[in-house]
Amino acid sequence: MVSFIVKRILAGVVLIFAITAIVFALMSISSENIARTILGEFATPEQVAAKQAELGLDQPLLAQYGSWVSQALQGNLGVSWFTAEPVSSAILNRISLTLSIVVAAIVVAIIISVTLGVIAAVRGGVIDRIVQLFSVVGEGFPNFWIALVLVSAFSLSLGWFPPTGFVPFTQSPAGWLATIALPVAALAFGGIAGAAQQVRSALIDVLSRDYVRTLRARGIPAHRVVLRHALRNAAPPAITVLSLQFIGMISGAIMIEKVFALQGLGTLAVTAAIRGDVPTIMGVMVTMSLIVVIINLLVDLLNGWVNPKARVQ
Amino acid sequence: MTAPLLSVTGLNVDYRTGRRRSFRALTDINIEIAPGETLGLVGESGSGKTTLGRAVLGLAPVSAGSIQFAGNEIGQPSPAQRRKLSRDLQVVFQDPYTSLNPAMRVGDILAEPLRAQGVSRAQARDRVAGLLGEVNLPADAADRFASEFSGGQRQRVAIARALAIQPRLIVCDEPVSALDLTTQARVLDLFAEIQDRTGVAYLFVSHDLAVIRAISHRVAVMYRGAIVEQGPTERVTEHPTHPYTQTLLAASPVPDPERQRERRLARLALAASA
Amino acid sequence: MTQTLLPSAAPSPRAPRLGVMRRLIRNPLFSVPAAVLLLIVLAAIFADLIAPMSPTTANLSAVNIAPGGEYLLGGDGAGRDVLSRLIFAGRLTLLGSATTVGVAIALGVTAGLIAGYVGGWFDQIGGWVANLLIVLPGTIVLVALFAVVGPNVILTMVILGFMMAPNFFRVVRNQVIAVKNELYVDAARVSGLSNGRIIARHILSVIRAPIIILGASVGGAAIVVQAGLEFLGLGDPSTPTWGGMLLDAFNNLYVGPHLMWPPGIMIGITAISLLLIANAVRDALAGTDRSSRRPRRRTAISPVTGAPRSTAPTAVLPAAAGQPEPLASTAAISTLDAPAILKDTAEHGVLEISNLKVAYATGREETEVVHGVSLTLERGTILGLVGESGSGKTQIALSTLGLLPAGGAVTGGSIRINGREIVGERERVLSELRGKTIGYIPQEPMSNLDPSFTIGSQLVEPMRLRGDLSKAAAKARALELLDRVGIVDPARVFKSYPHQISGGMAQRVLIAGAVACEPELLIADEPTTALDVTVQAEILELIRDLQRERNLSVLIVTHNFGVVADLCDSVAVMRSGEIVEHGSVADIFARPRHEYTRLLLGSGLENAPIRTLAAAPASSSTVSEES
Repeated sequence: MVSFIVKRILAGVVLIFAITAIVFALMSISSENIARTILGEFATPEQVAAKQAELGLDQPLLAQYGSWVSQALQGNLGVSWFTAEPVSSAILNRISLTLSIVVAAIVVAIIISVTLGVIAAVRGGVIDRIVQLFSVVGEGFPNFWIALVLVSAFSLSLGWFPPTGFVPFTQSPAGWLATIALPVAALAFGGIAGAAQQVRSALIDVLSRDYVRTLRARGIPAHRVVLRHALRNAAPPAITVLSLQFIGMISGAIMIEKVFALQGLGTLAVTAAIRGDVPTIMGVMVTMSLIVVIINLLVDLLNGWVNPKARVQ
Repeated sequence: MTAPLLSVTGLNVDYRTGRRRSFRALTDINIEIAPGETLGLVGESGSGKTTLGRAVLGLAPVSAGSIQFAGNEIGQPSPAQRRKLSRDLQVVFQDPYTSLNPAMRVGDILAEPLRAQGVSRAQARDRVAGLLGEVNLPADAADRFASEFSGGQRQRVAIARALAIQPRLIVCDEPVSALDLTTQARVLDLFAEIQDRTGVAYLFVSHDLAVIRAISHRVAVMYRGAIVEQGPTERVTEHPTHPYTQTLLAASPVPDPERQRERRLARLALAASA
Repeated sequence: MTQTLLPSAAPSPRAPRLGVMRRLIRNPLFSVPAAVLLLIVLAAIFADLIAPMSPTTANLSAVNIAPGGEYLLGGDGAGRDVLSRLIFAGRLTLLGSATTVGVAIALGVTAGLIAGYVGGWFDQIGGWVANLLIVLPGTIVLVALFAVVGPNVILTMVILGFMMAPNFFRVVRNQVIAVKNELYVDAARVSGLSNGRIIARHILSVIRAPIIILGASVGGAAIVVQAGLEFLGLGDPSTPTWGGMLLDAFNNLYVGPHLMWPPGIMIGITAISLLLIANAVRDALAGTDRSSRRPRRRTAISPVTGAPRSTAPTAVLPAAAGQPEPLASTAAISTLDAPAILKDTAEHGVLEISNLKVAYATGREETEVVHGVSLTLERGTILGLVGESGSGKTQIALSTLGLLPAGGAVTGGSIRINGREIVGERERVLSELRGKTIGYIPQEPMSNLDPSFTIGSQLVEPMRLRGDLSKAAAKARALELLDRVGIVDPARVFKSYPHQISGGMAQRVLIAGAVACEPELLIADEPTTALDVTVQAEILELIRDLQRERNLSVLIVTHNFGVVADLCDSVAVMRSGEIVEHGSVADIFARPRHEYTRLLLGSGLENAPIRTLAAAPASSSTVSEES
């Protein structure tokens, strides 16, 4: 078990290195573009060259990456080329918002999709049809469009929720809830659509297994077989799907932040990408990769816990 | 005339299970099959009987020993060798549901080995019609998909495929195990009838002593990757000398209450003495 | 009767390849989205002819105007015709999506084929790269790379194709590995087919369908991702796209709220069409459309209590409380065919089935598989129910438990246990009976144990629920039972998971579970069919001992007359949902009356003559091979 965790952590570290190296390499290919972007269209070639030297972009690629990594390992992600704000503090200021809405959305998605999936699998009928329809509709419409619809309906027309902005939980729990309700709903929408369908088919698969009949033949009531035995066995595929939904939501949060004018990691990344602010982009990438690695590690541990075969091996 | 068609000597098969570990599936196997003869290979799950069949077909990793077919070494055939070999060596697998490609028509399944041997399309079509007759399937079966047939019928298709290029030896891996009792008897009759007519030899693998007894001229009993007893069918199945064969015989139930009672008592006595 | 071609071939579905196409076109869930998609593609291609205006001409008087009139869908934030932009925007959006799918397929399928068929280091590296790419949050990477790529939609979609390729890689690789181990590929290899031909003939035909399914869903996802990037302002502002139109709608949310509908709905319709096509193809290939799958699953767990259509036959006497009956020594079977026997018998059997009918719903039709079967199991005896596959014997066993598989229901007749009618009984009552009054031994040992729970907890759970034992008492009893069924190290097995024990041990565990709550009646469905003969003999011995020890009444379903001869007191022979003959074991084996019983007994190979080598003299080879 310990060696399994160590292996997974190592794989995660490799993943982070690989992502940052690839992004870094691609950034550096077009360092001239970046310098020009910073200076504006009318910069002379001399100015561009000077800017490149100032930013260290004239150094060999490996040396640049090496110095970035050694700094990053000490917790120093550099300083934004545009705002002069340290990247790490820019990220720290915004990460709580992004994580708030993503974590809240995944929790909502898990609760609703598991409930819907179980009911659809066990009862069939109308609820099953609704889940099937919803899964197609929810995957087809982009979450930010759903967000636009929600804003225009609940904020602009009905005025129930503020259309933009964010109130930290520590400031006012009620305000926090009001500001994240719509972003979370929009994000969770797609997640529920994808996951409920998967929970449903995983459960249907398990319920057709021989041991389900045998358990019932021993007098264990149907509801207990579903909730205790079938759900446990249907968990591994469901967990995998939900983890992918989680990662998808991190991506989706970028668009959602734009719709609700939230100052989160996504907005930071988009602004940095448009300006060519390499240190900030790298910082966001590292943070996102770290989150992904942690999620995957948790999912592996969870799968090991529910699946004795994976645990014993 | 007396030269064996197939001769396996000192055969070992090892499967790699890890980077440095391996699992010995077969140990020092020695068998011979004469033309037109059936060697029955009987054993329980994990005894290695299927692996031996696959080794003869060149589908298992041979680590020692030799497999000779009509005097030629065929242990690990190259693709070219294999094509040449397939003219003489064919197979019928256990599961009639997975041994036929569900997406292909029966006619194409039967023509495949012929086409691989360079038979023209028209000739192959004629031969397919003949083959279907040989295994008692109607001629229009060629246009249907394998999934449209029952288990027994599919197994007839598999037999027809094996017969397509008139091989000299067919490896039969539990070919009747998935079939119902009455179907099983008919398919076994078909095997015997084809052998009597064409002189093809069988290496016939089964876990069922009764099936082996009914089809084989000689029987080899396998246990944990080795052959523990080998000889003419009557001697091995009625007067076994090896304790394992005795156990196997005593454990096979007979459909006759009186004889089964005797057999059960014999088994209990055997178990008590062991 | 078993080898005639027509009866079994006629009702089966038509040929898969042809059938799939035909079934797809007939299925509105395929044909409607396919037609919609075709329409959208054609509109984009012929945009110049169809669009009422230029997509780029701005008209100040049309800024944010509402739909209607000359501007059918209104004007956008710059005063351009929304409808025309919508039609033209299809071009870049669809092209981008196609690019992603194309790149992903080219890369993923090629690599997957190599990794699956050749394996080795390529497979390892490929798998590693795929794992790496698949966990990447794609949109974020594309956002980051905007700094490099700039507003180049096609290049962006090529990169997205790279990131989507692992999906194809995994599917293709796994399919290839699965197909490679199929017996028909072995057969092709034995037939002398080259690797290239095997891939072309057998492997490509299998992976084609998953590629189409995945391609459609990746195409849908690509449209959504592309729209997202354009919405963030990372698109090409000079060319109209649906994502770009959404950005415009967002910027004018307060003044032109109608602007968000057309592009959003177009994206939704296109992506949904692709998803529906993927689903329809998958369903068509699985051979099950939604309507035929539905009833099966629902009944899989809900109680199967189809209301009996005919009331219990009058021949069955009313229940006279559970008086134990003396052990019947002779024929222990009664059927409706012989009502006289029933009427003369004052006591009832433990299990009395009369005129039982079982049917399965397939679509709207109902197929009856058991046609009015009657039999009685006397207390303390073993009754063998024999027949070939499809004869309905298992249906009777499962009806007795009230656990018919999905889609099946008792449609008539009665089943009485100790005189108590269970057909139509409520699920709560049935689950009280199960375990405590009726025990069940299934066929396949390994698939009948829950892989996620220890052997011990699976034994303890019903005892605590049904036997009202404390945890400690249940555990002690479970260990005792494991010991009783011949498990050498009960404490170790108690703590083990099912995958850690052998098939023979698993069957012993299942028998222990069946008798744990001390039932009087045991239903054994082919309890030894999956086992080796030496293990089978031991299991039969165990069932015999337990039956004697506890005076159990056993209904044993089997296809093996050897098992019947070994174990049973009486036997009923089934064919096509009916009992053709019944009687004591001694009678049936000695004097089979029905032609079918004689055929079955005659098909046994035990008395077949031993073959002799006709042509080839076998003497030399037999002598040389004595080991």
